[in-house]
Amino acid sequence: MPDRRPLSLLLVAPALAVVLALFVYPLGYSLVSAFTARDGQPSLDNFIKTFDLYTTDIVFTLVIVAVSTALTGLFAAAIGGYLVLGAHPAAVTLLKWLYRWPLFIPFIVAAQCMRTFLAKNGMLNNTLDALGLVDVTGLSGLLDWRGIIVTFVWKETPFVALLVSGAMAALDRASIEAARNLGAGSLRILVEILLPQIAGVMTVALVLAFVTMLSVLSVPIMISGGSPTMITVDMAFRVNSYSDYGVANALGFISYLIAGLAAWIYVRHNVAGQAAE
Amino acid sequence: MTLALGWLWRASVLGLLAFAVFGPLANLLLWAFAIQWYYPHRLPLAYGFRYWGAVFKPTSDAFASLSTSVLIATITVVVCLLLAIPAGYALSRRRLPGRGFILIILLLPQAFPSVAIYFNIARLFYKVGLNGTIAGVVLVHAAHGLVIAVWIAAAAFAAVDGELEFAARNLGASPLRTALTVTLPLAAPGLMAAAIFVFLESLDEFTGTYFVGVPDVTTLPLIMFTASLAGNYQIAAVTALILLVPSIAFMLLIERFLNTEMLAKVG
Repeated sequence: MPDRRPLSLLLVAPALAVVLALFVYPLGYSLVSAFTARDGQPSLDNFIKTFDLYTTDIVFTLVIVAVSTALTGLFAAAIGGYLVLGAHPAAVTLLKWLYRWPLFIPFIVAAQCMRTFLAKNGMLNNTLDALGLVDVTGLSGLLDWRGIIVTFVWKETPFVALLVSGAMAALDRASIEAARNLGAGSLRILVEILLPQIAGVMTVALVLAFVTMLSVLSVPIMISGGSPTMITVDMAFRVNSYSDYGVANALGFISYLIAGLAAWIYVRHNVAGQAAE
Repeated sequence: MTLALGWLWRASVLGLLAFAVFGPLANLLLWAFAIQWYYPHRLPLAYGFRYWGAVFKPTSDAFASLSTSVLIATITVVVCLLLAIPAGYALSRRRLPGRGFILIILLLPQAFPSVAIYFNIARLFYKVGLNGTIAGVVLVHAAHGLVIAVWIAAAAFAAVDGELEFAARNLGASPLRTALTVTLPLAAPGLMAAAIFVFLESLDEFTGTYFVGVPDVTTLPLIMFTASLAGNYQIAAVTALILLVPSIAFMLLIERFLNTEMLAKVG
């Protein structure tokens, strides 16, 4: 049989070229720009200025993304767990039908929904007020860091829950039945039997969700306009208002580092998992 | 008694979840049909289609941006499939040197936060005159959609039974003819899914268009964004609904593909 490998490479080449030209090249360009001063010399000026101006926003971003990821994981585990362990078919079916709705809703639409829902006079406050639980005149709405977290969790939970419940459903049910026969409750089975076995899938899904949240520009702008804000908003501001690509790229570099941190946790987890086997 | 309590508990949790999922969507719906709504009224004072008329008037910015969005998404699908079909075929069907490395490069765009990438692309595009053009926006959308398109295409080709291809080859069909008349039609449903996915991604894309499209290319998400920040909630809600409907339809459509067996393979 003749060697057809060059042909295979030829088939992949166009796709590869597009990713190299429109992703890898701009990425390299961004890295160089971050470490170059306005006069063209290599320097750390951009980072000094960045930490001067945006340290609060960097911490703010980290906290928001970390808290959102943690809450997403928690809700996804609860949903996945109930879908697999729930004893009431009607409730399971209803939950399965309910939780997926935000899955493909674009972030910008989610942001617009939440912008009205979480506002001072939005449906959330109005409903609580109508039920007599709170007095709407004394409330301020959630359009700040809390609103960003709510939107992120609302949007990302279905994705993570989908992957997690899929992985849980594929597990061998024998161990679940065994634990149940020995008297373990559902919560205990979820935490001690299901979650450890699907930890890999959960980590992949959460890392993807984490990176996605770091990449969203519309949600922080539309939910919380003021300061402090997320570094995606700062990047857009440096570029649009000052054409200051140096600082914008330094912020970009920091966002890569934060994503890298998440990826590192993932890789370390995988290595640890393989060592344990 | 405990039985009733159990159902009360389940009903309240599911009710809360339903409110959390549908509350924000309901609020959007109300805004899309509200003509008059101000504080402290809990519900709109007047309903109607006035703002729908404003959006769908052929001379409106929103209507023009809808056509632009659909045009861009359609070209993006064609470009993506032209790139992803050969790549997916090679990745799943043929021996490929450096396969792992190529896969990693193709997956990179999903592994990095993208805002910094987009404004640098905009800066590079500006130098070559691609900024503010349909072609520029299509390229950005295609690069973004390519990852998922190659992934789905590779899975679709991998699912085609190799025996059928062998049979075609034994009967004297050339490799190209086998690929075009046996493999491609069998992989068509998967490729269709990839096309729909890329179309939706492009339709909904905001950040890349925000940087690369200015000042001449305005898509529906940009109109929605501008209307929302200007406090024009009715226009924002109507345009958001236009974006929402295909997303929900897609979610319901692929429900049967989202079965547990397929998902178990993802991790």
